[in-house]
Amino acid sequence: MWLRTLARLLIAALPTTTVAEGDKNVLAIGGSVTEIIYALGEGDRLIGRDSTSSYPPEAASLPDVGYMRALAPEGVLSVRPGMIISEDGAGPPETIEVLQAADIPFITVPGSYSVEGIVQKILTVGEALDVEAASIALASDVRMKLQEAEAAADALAGETPKRVLFVLSTQDGRIMASGTNTAASSIIEMAGSVNAVTGFEGYKPMSDEAVIAAAPDVILMMDRRGDHFVANEDLFALPAIAATPAAQTQSVVRMNGLYLLGFGPRTADAVLELTTSLYKG
Amino acid sequence: MIISEQISSPVAPKNRRTVARQAHVWLALALLLVAVLSLATGPTGTSLWSALGKMFSGKPLTAMERVVLWDIRMPRLIIGILVGAGLAVSGALMQGLFRNPLADPGLVGVGAGGTLGAILAIVLGSTLPIWFSDIVGNMLIPVSAFFGSWLVIVVLYRVSTRHGRTSVATMLLAGIALAALAAALSGIVIFMADDQQLRDLTFWSLGSLAGATWTKVVITAPLILIAIGGSLFLGHGLNALALGEATASHLGIAVQRLKLLTILIVAMATGAAVAVSGGIGFIGIIVPHLLRLATGPDHRTLLLNVALLGAAILLTADIISRLIIAPAELPIGIVTAVLGAPVFLWILLRRRGLVDM
Repeated sequence: MWLRTLARLLIAALPTTTVAEGDKNVLAIGGSVTEIIYALGEGDRLIGRDSTSSYPPEAASLPDVGYMRALAPEGVLSVRPGMIISEDGAGPPETIEVLQAADIPFITVPGSYSVEGIVQKILTVGEALDVEAASIALASDVRMKLQEAEAAADALAGETPKRVLFVLSTQDGRIMASGTNTAASSIIEMAGSVNAVTGFEGYKPMSDEAVIAAAPDVILMMDRRGDHFVANEDLFALPAIAATPAAQTQSVVRMNGLYLLGFGPRTADAVLELTTSLYKG
Repeated sequence: MIISEQISSPVAPKNRRTVARQAHVWLALALLLVAVLSLATGPTGTSLWSALGKMFSGKPLTAMERVVLWDIRMPRLIIGILVGAGLAVSGALMQGLFRNPLADPGLVGVGAGGTLGAILAIVLGSTLPIWFSDIVGNMLIPVSAFFGSWLVIVVLYRVSTRHGRTSVATMLLAGIALAALAAALSGIVIFMADDQQLRDLTFWSLGSLAGATWTKVVITAPLILIAIGGSLFLGHGLNALALGEATASHLGIAVQRLKLLTILIVAMATGAAVAVSGGIGFIGIIVPHLLRLATGPDHRTLLLNVALLGAAILLTADIISRLIIAPAELPIGIVTAVLGAPVFLWILLRRRGLVDM
């Protein structure tokens, strides 16, 4: 214990190199944080990202320090960050402790699945990067677009909002769906619709009968390849889905996961696109 | 299911004993080499040598060197040695106690108990009262995993002990039942978990040494060192036990005390190892078997060799896990299984006659 304290004191005693504004030394943890940094035009200051940061495409060329909740301390230090900007929930705590001991500013960006949540994220990132003016402009632009998108969605939905079931996966025919208090649930509501499932929180497997009882008008899924990809015919052939209104109208909407659920600067576009697919498709 | 060698070794015992004694030296050297390598390598490219040079010439280290070498690599190295040695020795003890080459701490539910403890902490940790979280802090998952392992061991011992005598066969079966029960309870908690907790769980169960800190070293080291030190006194008794319980007691071994000690040591070492590193498989099975094939089954020399090789292999796996996809890190449980399983199969194929089920 005393050794750690000693190490910390010694570090504090060392001459700290001052970080010039605009230095290329920012590590972004979390897809929405990375997106916001690029949207603020500060993308060229990034020296690393985590594995959830898949947009914009140029982010992919940055070194990947791993999944945000399982960061390795030396891996993070190896990209030589002068500042770490992270979504809420980065970990494990031991790693964060070491990074703090290394005197690297660690900015946690709070987030919630709402318009104000996104605005708050943008302002926090802007402050951390010392580009407040740009962040205020981006935040008000994003807020306006989101409000417009929500208003447009409500207008389109009118008196008959659609019931939407967000399906995370259908492994072995078992449907893993979104309940309340998730990014999926929030985006469905922003798109003027109703989450078909309100009986539980988070993502949980649902029984076939519960899916039928939820009676979704539309199935919403992430657009991905690999083991999670399900063709439309297979999806609507599932006993649970086959008996829903969605199957009768063959209504399924697929969107990119980070775009749909990231709650970043692109969310207004995602809401508009989702609304269009739901009500004009 | 008995390792046939233990009863009718075709090799001259004296020769083997010399080989096993020499192996102490070679394995200790190998461990030292890997340990230095582990301190010297990492994704930051911080050089151990230039840091040592600075220390000897009295120059100050950079902040990066200090943090990387002292706060990251050093505790990680020590935890790696402790966990590797602890898991490997636990495996060897279990195989000796059950006289079964398949036995490892996982088989009797210690691992499943630890997993249940960790899962409970991950999922329900946020619902604990604040004053309690303040006391345990970051240590909630390790502490809970440790108690999970211990709970299983205590129940197991009580179930399989009647009139002061422990039935090893009952213990094996009860262990399987308890493992199933712990897994089922984990399932219930997993069902209640949210998305993020599920990912935490997945990573926990794949094991990692990345969370090593000095606090963990201070807590784990006494437990595992006492366990390993204690195990070195059990060699003679376990050798006798290989001949059967009745024979062992005729040879003057206090069989019941031997069983109790073995169980306690395994619980202490495995509980602590699982608590700090999560689920690291295969070390407890592969290391003792490798050494039995190479140097014979005599527990008096085997246990120390197992500790040394277990530590060296785990450190090697850790070096790979932190370098192979740097700056990200591969969970170490994946490395041990990917490397361990094929090597193990290859040995079995080559020397299939030696392990007779």
